[in-house]
Amino acid sequence: MSLLGKLSLDAVPYHEPIIMVTLAAIAVGGLALLAILTKYKAWGMLWNNWITSVDHKRLGIMYIVVAMIMLVRGFADAIMMRTQLALATNGATGYLPPEHYDQIFSAHGVIMIIFMAMPFMIGLMNIVVPLQIGARDVAFPFLNNLSFWLTASGAVLINISLGVGEFARTGWVAYPPLSELTYSPGVGVDYYIWALQISGLGTLLTGVNFLVTVFKMRAPGMKLMQIPVFTWACTWANILIVASFPILTATLGLLTLDRYLDFHFFTNEAGGNAMMYINLFWAWGHPEVYILVLPAFGIFSEIVATFSSKKLFGYTSMIMANGAISILGFIVWLHHFFTMGSGANVNAFFGVMTMIIAVPTGVKLFNWIFTMFRGKVRITVPMLWTLGAMTTFTIGGMTGVLLAVPGADFVLHNSLFLIAHFHNTIIGGAVFGYLAGFSYWFPKATGFKLNAKYGKAAFWCWQIGFYVAFMPLYVLGFLGMTRRLNHTDNPDWNIWLYIACVGAFIILLGIIFQFTQLYVSIRDRKQNLDTTGDPWGARTLEWSTASPPQFYNFAKTPEVHSIDAFMEAKENGTAYAKQAEYAPIHMPKNTSAGVLMGAALTVMGFALIWHIWWLAIVGFVGTIGIFIVRAYNTDVDYYVQPDEVKRIEEAHLKNVAEVAA
Amino acid sequence: MSTLSHTMDAGAHDEHHHDTGKVTLFGFWLYLMTDCLLFASVFATYAVLYMNTAGGVSGHDIFELDYVAVETAALLLSSITYGFAMLAAHKKNVSGTLGWLVITFIFGAVFIGMEINEFHHLIAQGNGPDRSAFLSAFFALVGMHGLHVTAGLIWMAIMMLEVIKRGLGNRTLTRLGCLSMFWHFLDVIWICVFTVVYLMGVI
Repeated sequence: MSLLGKLSLDAVPYHEPIIMVTLAAIAVGGLALLAILTKYKAWGMLWNNWITSVDHKRLGIMYIVVAMIMLVRGFADAIMMRTQLALATNGATGYLPPEHYDQIFSAHGVIMIIFMAMPFMIGLMNIVVPLQIGARDVAFPFLNNLSFWLTASGAVLINISLGVGEFARTGWVAYPPLSELTYSPGVGVDYYIWALQISGLGTLLTGVNFLVTVFKMRAPGMKLMQIPVFTWACTWANILIVASFPILTATLGLLTLDRYLDFHFFTNEAGGNAMMYINLFWAWGHPEVYILVLPAFGIFSEIVATFSSKKLFGYTSMIMANGAISILGFIVWLHHFFTMGSGANVNAFFGVMTMIIAVPTGVKLFNWIFTMFRGKVRITVPMLWTLGAMTTFTIGGMTGVLLAVPGADFVLHNSLFLIAHFHNTIIGGAVFGYLAGFSYWFPKATGFKLNAKYGKAAFWCWQIGFYVAFMPLYVLGFLGMTRRLNHTDNPDWNIWLYIACVGAFIILLGIIFQFTQLYVSIRDRKQNLDTTGDPWGARTLEWSTASPPQFYNFAKTPEVHSIDAFMEAKENGTAYAKQAEYAPIHMPKNTSAGVLMGAALTVMGFALIWHIWWLAIVGFVGTIGIFIVRAYNTDVDYYVQPDEVKRIEEAHLKNVAEVAA
Repeated sequence: MSTLSHTMDAGAHDEHHHDTGKVTLFGFWLYLMTDCLLFASVFATYAVLYMNTAGGVSGHDIFELDYVAVETAALLLSSITYGFAMLAAHKKNVSGTLGWLVITFIFGAVFIGMEINEFHHLIAQGNGPDRSAFLSAFFALVGMHGLHVTAGLIWMAIMMLEVIKRGLGNRTLTRLGCLSMFWHFLDVIWICVFTVVYLMGVI
């Protein structure tokens, strides 16, 4: 056996011009970035302030940077698929051969869900949750840094698959027996397995970390039913993470054994049962979509209350609705395969459970509407995203109820109607929510506001582009077009495929506006500074800190007596109160252990994908070794001295007073 | 919930970043619950596949209850001895802690040795995991537990070094407490394995 396992120079797809041009572009961009970092001597800053940081706010920003990069990658896949399908009509072959096209739709799904939506959600959660509950950091700051690097490790692996070898051609669900060695002998499925496995571990640890944070580290006085609604939504999402991600870990582990050690869990031979994979996959996969959307609901709740200048209508019912959705989310998984032989009674149960989820979801929508009712509604960019989501997500939810009818599902299963439905909920619910949260908390995280003009342009392009791109897919579903087709030969479908392609380009404009907004906002940041820390007149504790928040968050842990703790303090006149004296603050030191463990696991994953066994052992032992060294490092914390705290706090209070005067 | 917030109230700073005590134990307990679900998934897979012997052996043919009973006894006893180690640790009795940890380690090593021996026999007889879905599920479930025990043994060895070098400070006690939960948890899992796989397989 070769020292490099299955790896050889043939693994690089020289014959694929699209991939080679992309790789060249990435290489040029990467080199330019390296040159800029070197020229401005930014390496030390990057390493000390970001890569090794255990500060939840910085980790949150890094998560969102990863999400933005992966959004571009995933969207590039999307627009390639739409243009391919617009060109490959009437029997034409288009420009993407099937084996390449199949990798693109698989990568698109995995990237958008695991490496765009999840990091975006976890990033916002990182920035906001500790601040909302009045904590100095999360319960386990080093673990938080490690979680980020595990996510990054998975993202790196999936991107390596572009230039070295191939990605899975199985769709993002990787159903066996197709994903078994017999039918997918290449390394594509292995890239899928290890990218998901490593990043999934990071997500699981994040879930544990934030649950402990919320249950053990709340500000004194904050009762469970006084936790801000976004934090509650994240808490339900974290409960779902710790309850469902182990199932994914197990499922991928069993598939790994099938592929690597000739086990027979899901094979056609020797008594394997592929349905077991499909059940396990969705027992994770369905809760996963609620993991994505519940925090987005929390974001809408915060934004609606802030920009209606009213307290949230139905706080308690909002939390209960989250809980109901979370629990019901675990007993609906079978609706993903009504057609796969479970029988009428089983299908009926899962159909009914699925429809019931519409009830708590409806409660939320009505709560938002009643919050706006007779409020002073300010139509800002975060509010636009929220309103866009309320309309768009509702349509997606209703087509979901339609699909929940097993009889209808037999017609629509795996058709483009399904594709339209889940994009309708994930884009219209989750992604719009994250973008709302992005523009809402951006000033908090960075200290300056985003440009509203480009923000509105981005919103309208996304909103209109979404409908133009996805409503035709509902029609195509009814016309009988199934998903994952590489080319078509039905003249009735053509016009809808063309319209959908136009829609994708409108969304592209939206993304371009999004990045333009970021560029313009950073360029003009001096004019848009948020010196008070409370740019929107908001209600919860994160806005009581400076923007960006002091690295220790709170000089003195706040006492909480109500849901909208900061609003109460502002009304009582106790906000921005001067402290007579400050106590030293105990803080964790930065650590390189997280990034090194992430790197070692990336090496391990890559080695396992290519069957380079010695290197896999090196990566694994290295990971454990770094962890042990870290465990016995006693120099992990320090104290911020009172005079430094005083200097920082008084500078902030002076800023606030200047604006008020 | 006010009791929970008191932990913040009392020594807000120490509680936060020293990672001592309750917060770490609660976090580790939560992690163990996720581990429990990992096992639950593989148990479910075993339950679905255990009859799929593909013309090969079934549990009835290969399980030797006497042998597994000894294995089980070793693991259960190791839980008791770990309990004694914790009692000694709380009394700050370093040599007592170390003594009981060594005994626990030996019991755990006996368990793993017997399991490896069982696996070796099965594979040598042509009843390896590639033979049938039943054997795949058997090897995966029992093997996953075995890997956990092995990890626990490595952890235990490191903890013994820590106790020797650093004595029984708060941090070490917390870690011993985490390992204690882990070790007892693996016992509970083994009782399920013993019941579901071996007992029900033989009946």
